[in-house]
Amino acid sequence: MRAVLRRLVPRSLLLRNLLGVVAGLVVVVLVLETTSPFRNSQFATMSYYAIAAAGLTVLTGLNGQISLGHGALMAVGAYTTALLLEGGSVPFPLAMLAAAAVTAVAGVVVGAAAARLHGPYLAGATLALAVGVPGLAIYFDGLLGGEQGLSVRSPRPPDWFADAHYFLTAGELGGAKYLAYVGWITLLVVVLLLANLMAGRYGRVWRAVRDDEVAAELAGMRLGGLRILAFVVSAACAGLAGSVLAMVVRLAAPSGFTIVLSLSLLTAVVVGGLGSLTGALLGSALLVFLPPAVTNLGTGAGLTGVQAAQLAPLVYGVVLVVVMLLAPGGVMGLLRRLWRRGINQGGST
Amino acid sequence: MRRPGHRGLAIGALATIAALLISSCGAGGRPEDGEGGGASDVGVTAESVKVGAHFPLTGVAAPGYSEIPTGTKAYFDYVNANGGVHGRTIDYVYRDDAYNPTNTSQVVNELVLQDEIFAMVGGLGTPTHSAVLDFLNGEGVPDLFVSSGSLLWNQPGKNPQTFGWQPDYEVEGKIIGQYVKQHMPDAKVGLFLQDDDFGDDGEKGARAYIGDQIVAAERYAPGNTDVAPQIAALQAAGADVVIGFNVPSYTALSQLTAMRLNYRPQWIYSNVGSDPALVGSLLSRFSEGKVTDAAMLDGAITTEYLPGVDAPENPWTRLWQKVWDAHGGRGELTNYRIYGMSQAYTFVQALQAAGPEPTREGIVRALEEIGGELRGPAFVPYRYSADSHAGLAGVKVVRIEGDATEDLSQVLVTGNGDTEITEYTEQHAGPPQNGIPNVQPAS
Repeated sequence: MRAVLRRLVPRSLLLRNLLGVVAGLVVVVLVLETTSPFRNSQFATMSYYAIAAAGLTVLTGLNGQISLGHGALMAVGAYTTALLLEGGSVPFPLAMLAAAAVTAVAGVVVGAAAARLHGPYLAGATLALAVGVPGLAIYFDGLLGGEQGLSVRSPRPPDWFADAHYFLTAGELGGAKYLAYVGWITLLVVVLLLANLMAGRYGRVWRAVRDDEVAAELAGMRLGGLRILAFVVSAACAGLAGSVLAMVVRLAAPSGFTIVLSLSLLTAVVVGGLGSLTGALLGSALLVFLPPAVTNLGTGAGLTGVQAAQLAPLVYGVVLVVVMLLAPGGVMGLLRRLWRRGINQGGST
Repeated sequence: MRRPGHRGLAIGALATIAALLISSCGAGGRPEDGEGGGASDVGVTAESVKVGAHFPLTGVAAPGYSEIPTGTKAYFDYVNANGGVHGRTIDYVYRDDAYNPTNTSQVVNELVLQDEIFAMVGGLGTPTHSAVLDFLNGEGVPDLFVSSGSLLWNQPGKNPQTFGWQPDYEVEGKIIGQYVKQHMPDAKVGLFLQDDDFGDDGEKGARAYIGDQIVAAERYAPGNTDVAPQIAALQAAGADVVIGFNVPSYTALSQLTAMRLNYRPQWIYSNVGSDPALVGSLLSRFSEGKVTDAAMLDGAITTEYLPGVDAPENPWTRLWQKVWDAHGGRGELTNYRIYGMSQAYTFVQALQAAGPEPTREGIVRALEEIGGELRGPAFVPYRYSADSHAGLAGVKVVRIEGDATEDLSQVLVTGNGDTEITEYTEQHAGPPQNGIPNVQPAS
């Protein structure tokens, strides 16, 4: 059975990943078409968390650099998008690319500094980024709108897309659904690119640098350059995520990019399983779906609105602690362990 | 080495698909509203009307503000226990946004798309609510009585569904400015401003009257808890009167900082930042117990537009006390709960005016038609009309004396821009006998 499956799957890695992404696209369409507008908006939210988490898992999981400043990089992407979309003349895909490019440039600067730092020092430096960058928006309030931020024109579905959608599903395309499509298509593209990158040469050398610096350097790798490159790739993802966030939330404001955002991304990556793109997806899903579910459970159990709201952060914390205790490799680590046990037991028959 | 990786990807893919399918199965199914029998619009059934709001229930802005929805809920429960509005009970859902606009947009999505509320009532905060302004107006959801005094809510051309409620900061700034001009004509005035619309609108109002008396205007960024540079700059400029357009935590911070710098100007705080009970508890927390009550605020000047807990004999406060005792949860009646109840009272008036078959369009039209005539717990009327969605028209200036306040001026009303300040002479009527308004449906 397994042999048949293996023969059906193409040999080339690119083709295989492409196939996976196409399958993912089918699932996305099915899910978005069968769920309510509110679920669509939750999926749109999940998409930007997942894009940023995917980038972060490459940096932290593969290259071993920690970043507590990814929220700030998302802010760079969000503000770039907000400024470009303001006039209404720039099409939004261009604004998204520009956001990724601008954030990548910021990533070069931060990465160059980060490449010289290790462990707690690196955490401290990126933490400073997370605290400092939102302050820029308040300092340059003439351009960046200060505390209130910039409102963002959410893209409207173009006619051809709405028509094609109507042709396929005979349903109207709401704003929330369109944004969810934009977010998830972006996410799938990001996952495709990152999966190839991780499986290829750069993935290998990044892992080598993470596992043993001295050995990697002896093998002729330039640590600094490789570290900066990992940071830039990760930053570009964060910028893209910020861009999607700005369009989904319709606002780029400093209070949306606090240290809490950076920490939630890190927890998503760790809970999902460090270094795994799928883990990043699962972690983001947890970020988006867990708090409202807990709040609703709390209200259902007869708590007042205020108590139910306070329950969500508590349960979130408990989940984190439990995952760290019982499955230090995250959800993906746990799944892998179960899979291997299954193979070992099934191997004898 | 390669195999586990591929397997991992395969498991991952399966897991994602499963996760997506499961999450989509969740509460995806939506209740279909019954076709007939009084379901005149989204959120309205024959038995109930569903309304919602977003508030900071957790996080830094939660102290004080998280009490507002408990007051609103208590008053709605009181109305429901007495027969509701046109036979329908009011079902009130409020959700936590932790004062973060990103969260606000998520919880408002949830309220509008999943809970299917008829209207928003009293969503709190300028940065938070501006994030959902376009969405609510785009979806045609009545966005009533935003809990913020920003001028943003009064744009009937651009945001036809949105209505302000409390006196806006410009009106308050003008009235404070005129009071200072009349009673302290020689004072050097310093401004202590939150660096957003709140501070800007207040400054605009104050400058219209005392532009020549202002010697310094210092701004703080919310979140930065060190205000020593700002207070020192005010001191250095020689300001002997300081007008603060700031939130309660910054009232406490400015008081503690001024004490450390031995700076004793006459403080004037806008209504938002002056609740003695909350400021007192914040003072005690920030000073780690060295300051135990709001006695520091004694003699400070502020404004009022609602009778509060400091006037227990006022018939409105008596009504709120009765409502809170019967339907409130734990805790005392506070000015924040009274604020929430007063908003709830206004919503009941609007819902009555929308008639027995309320629609989203109908309630907005009704407020535009008769909103200016509504009278309630506030000392002053609303400025609602077809061309104006601005809230209460004015305030009175008061001095904080211990737990109570002493009037320093008559009730004053004005509008935005060049509108003159006039005395408002209509007697402030008490609440109706049963505590529930009785507004006739607008035509």
